[in-house]
Amino acid sequence: MSLEITEPTPVIISEERQVSDTRRELVLNMGPQHPSTHGVLRVRLTLEGETITGCDPVIGYLHRGVEKLGESKRYAQFVPWTDRTDYVAAPSNNLGYVLTVEKLLGIEAPERAQYWRMIMAELARLASHLVWLGTHALDIGALSMSLYCFREREMILDIFEKFCGARLTTNMMEIGGFSRPIPPDLPDMIRDFLAVFPKRQREYEDMLSANPIWLARTRGVGVIEPDVAINYGLTGACLRGSGVNYDVRKAQPYLFYDRVDFEVPLGTHGDVYDRYLVRMEEMRQSLKIIQQCLDQVPTDGPLKLAESNYVIPPHDTVLTTAEDMQRHFIWVIKGFSPPKGEVYLAIEHSKGELGHYIVSDGSPIPYRLRIRTPDFVNLQSLPYMAEGAMLADVVALIGTIDIVLGSVDR
Amino acid sequence: MNWAAFLSNYIFAFIVLNVMLGLMAYMTYFERKVLAAMQDRVGPKRTGPFGLLQPIADGIKLLAKEDIVPKNADRLVFLVAPLLSFVLAPLSAAVIPFGGTVTVFGQEVNLYVADINVAVLYVLALGGMGVYGIILGGYASANRYSLLGALRSAAQVISYEIVLGLSLVGVFILSGTLSLVQILEAQQQPLSFGGVQVPNWYILSQPLGFVLFLIAAVAETNRAPFDLPEAESELIGGFHTEYSGFRFSFFFLAEYINMIAVSLLAATLFLGGTDGPIADGVWWLAAKAALFLFFYIWLRTTLPRFRYDQLMGLAWKVLLPLALINIALTGLIRLWGLGLL
Repeated sequence: MSLEITEPTPVIISEERQVSDTRRELVLNMGPQHPSTHGVLRVRLTLEGETITGCDPVIGYLHRGVEKLGESKRYAQFVPWTDRTDYVAAPSNNLGYVLTVEKLLGIEAPERAQYWRMIMAELARLASHLVWLGTHALDIGALSMSLYCFREREMILDIFEKFCGARLTTNMMEIGGFSRPIPPDLPDMIRDFLAVFPKRQREYEDMLSANPIWLARTRGVGVIEPDVAINYGLTGACLRGSGVNYDVRKAQPYLFYDRVDFEVPLGTHGDVYDRYLVRMEEMRQSLKIIQQCLDQVPTDGPLKLAESNYVIPPHDTVLTTAEDMQRHFIWVIKGFSPPKGEVYLAIEHSKGELGHYIVSDGSPIPYRLRIRTPDFVNLQSLPYMAEGAMLADVVALIGTIDIVLGSVDR
Repeated sequence: MNWAAFLSNYIFAFIVLNVMLGLMAYMTYFERKVLAAMQDRVGPKRTGPFGLLQPIADGIKLLAKEDIVPKNADRLVFLVAPLLSFVLAPLSAAVIPFGGTVTVFGQEVNLYVADINVAVLYVLALGGMGVYGIILGGYASANRYSLLGALRSAAQVISYEIVLGLSLVGVFILSGTLSLVQILEAQQQPLSFGGVQVPNWYILSQPLGFVLFLIAAVAETNRAPFDLPEAESELIGGFHTEYSGFRFSFFFLAEYINMIAVSLLAATLFLGGTDGPIADGVWWLAAKAALFLFFYIWLRTTLPRFRYDQLMGLAWKVLLPLALINIALTGLIRLWGLGLL
């Protein structure tokens, strides 16, 4: 028996197409390996000259089945996986998941832990916005911005490292609070950052906000009308850039966002430039929130819920008291069983509304875990914005949506 | 021409060519160091003292790399295109005057390779020819990004070539010549206004022409913010996406040599070339050219990139009318100065 080997038919990913007698379209395959598709996004573009007549985002190159993994792990075991969805703002993802599980369990972390969660989530927002600004400006050609932004992001990552030992995938939050103590010099590190950052941010704005080339590249590009933004289900700066006032922190306050004073910046034109301005102002508001949290947070007190079967007991009491030792044993061997039911909780992530939906059947692993990531929904608007734009605008549009493919594909 | 004169001229040409190539290598070092300083970084520092051997290491790396030709490429054109760019680039240095005439061992040596009566036209023509390398390379790569880069490059160079040429007409009107040697000589007679001596550099009499020339020159050499043919955030590498190894380095060399040549040209045409307040000489030319090269790098770190349509709009709607106005004004003033008006 002879084995016949046939050449596989090549998959044609780009071709020229004769639209009519006089018009020909060029199909350009942008990505998944491309310097400015922010990871592994693939966009199939139909071009007429340099004008885009069709745009078709193809996702899934970074799909790891995170939701399905969550349905095979115990509740507490899934927290490290949330880091790996949106890896530029890992603490925010931790927070969204942890808060959802706590809502399901009907427990709440102590006040001090809640404040520190807020501080870390806002720092994560700043870090994420800095990555966005750096890469967005780099895509449009402002080479140095990325290095300046990463310089400031470094300070935030140092704070994370001081707090939990990790910089990118922090695995920082736990169900019921924090296990680790707050390092005594951490508030000073954060205050140093708060003192330095506004000056640096003014430098960014000096370079971009009134730069004629930046204005030409961003104004009137990628306009989304408010009703279109709502119909697409956009959230975050993509929605607020169009002037729709929706911020989960104001609409359904979680943590102590109702105790701090901050404003929600809104755009008017819904173009790339307005979304840039909205995010820049959000960074300023984040600094304000962190400052207020640092002033309000109790300096002493528990960081973790004690004497609850849902929370892993602290290390020192496990070794000294019988109850906690038994609780720890059960927690580690069997995990905890939440009540039956379903729960959805949304938080304001740096990119928009991050929602976790959990269905519990009373067993230690979730029956269904669904993550509504903001950039997955926001990415839908790319074809709408790209229609009729120029080829160079596509990179500006991908940048303005602020996607992280780990979060889009999950 | 006797044999000694021929030989001295030949030796000088040899020196100029090699200095240009060496300068180009250290231009990359200069660019990386300046970029690093502006971006809060250190830049190359490991290879040799202060990283001074980095360009040599880069050169060895590029030469040792595999020479890849894509399967669907137009093979001959693909191989020839980088050579075309590279060979044409240093030729424009031939007409730059590095000084007057000096006597070495009793032999008169001209510190320029050639004094052509249409030197400026020759430089512009070389710039126009150089773009063939880019267009052919982009076309032959059989890659859509390369093709788009090549198309952009063709449109851009044609548009900015016109502006570049017209921005210099004012200088021609004032000097009455297209020879760079004679333009340099014309700038060496100082003007005096009531006892105050002012150098007759054309930047003072042609400020608008100078600005237009500067903008067009940046576009002509495909540098930021006009680096659309190789816009890496949209077109990956643009026309040189498919090139690797020494063929890529030929495009790279050509770009940097063009930058140096344009800087030398700008220094000669507008800043009095080798003319200086004390001790005229080639060092003044080098210092002025270095100023322009620094300006190139400064632009690159600071400015975002234009969009294709904005770039063309700038050339045809803004720069071209301004260049024509400049010519008309200069012409009128010249006629008035000659008493013909």
